[in-house]
Amino acid sequence: MTVFIVRRLLQAFLVVWAMSFLVFVGVNLVGDPVEMMVNDEADQEERERVIKAMGLDKPWYVQYLHFVGRAFQGDLGKSFVYGEESLGIIVERMPATFELALAALLMAIIIGIPLGVYSGLRPGSRISKVIMAGSILGFSLPTFWVGLMFIMVFAVMLGWLPSTGRGDVVPIMGINVSFLTIDGLSHLFLPALNLALFKISLVIRLARAGTREIVHQDYIKFARAKGLSTNRVVLVHLMKNIMIPVVTVLGLEFGGLIAFSVVTETVFAWPGMGKLIIDSIQNLDRPVIVAYLMIIVLVFVIINLVVDVLYSVLDPRVRLQDVKA
Amino acid sequence: MYMRKTLAYAAAVAAISLAPVVQAQTLTIGLGTEPTSIDPHFHNLGPNNQIAQHFFSRLIEQDHKQNLLPGLATSWKPLNELTWEFKLRKGVKFHDGSDFDADDVIFSMHRAGNHPNARSSFGLYTKAASTIKKIDSHTLHFISKKPYPLMAVDLSNVHIVSANEKDKWEGDYNNGSSAFGTGPYKVGKWVKGEVLEMVRYDGYHGDKPHWEKIIIKPIKSAPSRLAALLAGDVDFIDQVPTVDIARLKTNDKVQLSQGVSNRVIYLHMDQFRDNPEFVKTHDGKPVTKNPFKDVRVRKAVNMAINRTAIVERVMEGVAIPAGQLLPEGFFGRSANLPVPKYDPAGAKKLLAEAGYPNGFQVTLHGPNDRYINDAKIVEAIAQMLTRIGIKTTPDTMPKSVFFKHGKNRGPAKPPKWNFLLVGWGSGTGEPSSPLRSLLGTYSKPKGWGSSNRGLHSDPEMDKVLDEALATVDDNKRAALLAKATEIGVGRNQGIITLHYQVNTWAGKKGLTYKARTDERTTGFLVTPSK
Amino acid sequence: MKTVAENIALGAAAGDKTEAVETPFERFRASFFASKVASVALVVLCSLIFVAVFAGFISPTNPYDLAQVSVLDSKLPPGAKSFEGTAFWLGTDGAGRDLLSAMIYGLRISLGVGVMSGIVAMIIGAAFGLIAAYFGGRTENIIMRIVDIQLSFPAILVALILLAILGKGVDKIIIALIIVQWAYYARTVRGSALVERNKEYIEAATCLAIGHRRILFRHLLPNCMPPLIVVGTLQTASAISLEATLSFLGVGLPVSEPSLGLLIANGFDYMLSGKYWISFFPGVALLITIVSINLVGDQLRDVLNPRLER
Repeated sequence: MTVFIVRRLLQAFLVVWAMSFLVFVGVNLVGDPVEMMVNDEADQEERERVIKAMGLDKPWYVQYLHFVGRAFQGDLGKSFVYGEESLGIIVERMPATFELALAALLMAIIIGIPLGVYSGLRPGSRISKVIMAGSILGFSLPTFWVGLMFIMVFAVMLGWLPSTGRGDVVPIMGINVSFLTIDGLSHLFLPALNLALFKISLVIRLARAGTREIVHQDYIKFARAKGLSTNRVVLVHLMKNIMIPVVTVLGLEFGGLIAFSVVTETVFAWPGMGKLIIDSIQNLDRPVIVAYLMIIVLVFVIINLVVDVLYSVLDPRVRLQDVKA
Repeated sequence: MYMRKTLAYAAAVAAISLAPVVQAQTLTIGLGTEPTSIDPHFHNLGPNNQIAQHFFSRLIEQDHKQNLLPGLATSWKPLNELTWEFKLRKGVKFHDGSDFDADDVIFSMHRAGNHPNARSSFGLYTKAASTIKKIDSHTLHFISKKPYPLMAVDLSNVHIVSANEKDKWEGDYNNGSSAFGTGPYKVGKWVKGEVLEMVRYDGYHGDKPHWEKIIIKPIKSAPSRLAALLAGDVDFIDQVPTVDIARLKTNDKVQLSQGVSNRVIYLHMDQFRDNPEFVKTHDGKPVTKNPFKDVRVRKAVNMAINRTAIVERVMEGVAIPAGQLLPEGFFGRSANLPVPKYDPAGAKKLLAEAGYPNGFQVTLHGPNDRYINDAKIVEAIAQMLTRIGIKTTPDTMPKSVFFKHGKNRGPAKPPKWNFLLVGWGSGTGEPSSPLRSLLGTYSKPKGWGSSNRGLHSDPEMDKVLDEALATVDDNKRAALLAKATEIGVGRNQGIITLHYQVNTWAGKKGLTYKARTDERTTGFLVTPSK
Repeated sequence: MKTVAENIALGAAAGDKTEAVETPFERFRASFFASKVASVALVVLCSLIFVAVFAGFISPTNPYDLAQVSVLDSKLPPGAKSFEGTAFWLGTDGAGRDLLSAMIYGLRISLGVGVMSGIVAMIIGAAFGLIAAYFGGRTENIIMRIVDIQLSFPAILVALILLAILGKGVDKIIIALIIVQWAYYARTVRGSALVERNKEYIEAATCLAIGHRRILFRHLLPNCMPPLIVVGTLQTASAISLEATLSFLGVGLPVSEPSLGLLIANGFDYMLSGKYWISFFPGVALLITIVSINLVGDQLRDVLNPRLER
């Protein structure tokens, strides 16, 4: 197990390094950050000063070597736009994104599992057909379009929920969270639902497939024959058995939620990492783009690793091998 | 970090205990932009400067029409051609309780010009004053090497910080630990991308502002910003999309304030190269002669543009057709440059006279995320020029890409584009800024022509402008600036001006705001109407 | 997105093909059209493709020909007439283009980008998947490691970073979508090729000393086709959706040639002012396109994978 984890971490390091190189070189080819920064009225002398202040007067490989040197000391460079450590800027925005992703995950489970189990138990019923049709829609609807429609309907036409932003936050252990205030919750609802939509469909399908497979297995038949009520059978046995695949998949999908929050955050002006990366791409804030990528790679590696390890703990039949990256 | 935590905590406690009555003293503003730092000398850019003026004062303030008003200086006057005397206000205190005096001004001028990390420094406003002499604790002499009439205007752009905060840079200002100014508001908490809170400073030297607290929420997407206003999440927004204005005017819960800005949208034409890459003959072959070098062609382009159609259909009536660099009411404007008349037949004739009866082909480049409706204006112009035979392909791109290839590094490295749409806001509120940067012959030592993307050059205009920039007498200078404009824009058609942007703010009914020509949103000038 | 494609791929790969009673194609056709929904979806999809291919003949105007477009006609509601008297059935957009024409051309770009990137990605992915399965050992290890690493990142993230590096443009978004997608195909093909490789007929072929290339392309590949087609269909839908999303985020296509996604994004600016049609109709078109492809793909999977009961 230790060997496995060490190998995986080494591999992760390699991936982070390779990607940072590609992205560092890549973003250096796009656009001219100095032209984005300086005031229109700045003269030639001023422009040259800014180029120097941002370290852009040196060739890219020198810049890259500087970057690598500093990166080993935990310094990923200063943001062009904010003039502060890019790492700090990203970490500052992390809680908002994680809160959104977790809320979406919760929604996916709360909405998805009952619907999925229901349609798995009564596959022929009209309601099941509606649920399944809904899940196809959930897969097909582009997230951004649904988000726009949500704002249009719930915020503008009906005026039930706020359109954008994060609302009131309360600090817990120095981290600002918004789910503890009514205002915060009302701001959280639409973006979380928007982000969850795709995962709800996914959970519906997983739960349905799991249910259908399990209802035909002997122990459920046996439980029923023993005279246990249907509710109890469904609740206890079935749930226990379909939770494993659902949890595993959702664990992996959490990363996907963080990635897709880029879209939701842009639509709802949610102040998380996703919006930061879009803004940074538009403003050519190279250090932040590179740092974001490195952090996100790290987050993914950790999530995958945790899921693999958990999985092997949950299901002893799985042995940890170096088969899955 | 500790500071930020405590601030956040205090704010959270305040949020819980705030009664609705107190809420009425709070103004929430949705802004399309966000400052990159609270440090007023870090980044000389609109979004930063408009926030900075809440926390910091300047020697001279600008009113909503960019007229100069006394600020931390109560009076200023030129003593001779080279020396300006500034009398400072007495009894002013910084947010940290320390007194304001001449040393703070000298410190701020030096800091503004020499900020090591500045993304765009204020050096262009401070460098004219080569010496600053302290006469007494509240009198200063600003001395320049050459006669410099723009001294007062330039200094109205520089914010004054406390000399106690030496060697503190943007980070210390951002977290609030060093951001002590003399402005009407103190820095509350700032969570980037989310919220910036301002708390009223009771020791402010000017009129006491109405709002106890101003909350700034950056909402970049224009429709979302408007939706936030309509849904009641914010009280006031800037940069209202032009397309929504007509409908908002009939909404009795919303009050609009509109006003022309100092920003003109215009076209550059390559008047330098002989084989421009993006100009082709009418049948698509490379050209041997650059048509834009012929003033008749430039004039034909000018006449082929239907400014009224652009203003009405693309800008929804929210713009003013332009025939020169600044709109009515500004200093140094020419009285002899009316808006060019739309005359496609005349344009066609002129084009034929210049030797292009069949027209030619050209690509018009423009940004699509920089000015109001920029990409649509580019498309509209392409449509209009195509109709007189100049087959124009519109090519718009994000500003990050556009300005990379649109920047001018002089005759050795001219911009890649040959025909491009750009905008220019005059920070000085008079035409010397666009004349110098857009039409003046490229010269690094003089600092001219840095945005002269068509590489226009006319020694005669340069001479008039030089003379204007050395004339301290206002009336004489105004006449010279008008003359330079008439040569550069009128006679030479060095650039083709399209329209002045009109900016629109929207607030809940009962809030008034005087639209500013400098496009800034100033929270404490939003007032409840009585 | 990954998991779905993966499940489908694995499911399809694992499903053995039972002996055909009639010709396999007839059987396939019969079971495909057994679902009414899928049949309708197929008809819709075919007509969309037809419209996209013959856009130049079907579309009332050419939205890219500036001589035909005038700002004076911008933002007209559906059914309005231009000053020259022609009617705009679905209204016009912000630049004065006939929205119906813009949508037809936009559909062409959306489908074109989706299909083009899908085909190239499929070829590249299938090649690597086959090589990995057939040769095994080190080659397989390296290829599959890269596939795994890439698949552990969501497509949107990879595409976003690629476009941050590449910049905007039709060619660039196609490249980005190819890079994002090839790994799915590689994994699918390898999965089913592994199953086939261990079968006797391949062993027999190997014993007969038939060349690698012949075994790969004549024997292995055809047997991997069914899952490949399923994944290909569903991937195309997600590629179209991804392109729309990226264009909405402002990193995809240039404004001058709007796809459906970009039309929606442009129309968003007008939605609150009551000019709903500029964003609404392209949204519906995009939705119909993606749903019909997904429905067809779903049905294909069910038909080609007998293990799942319908």
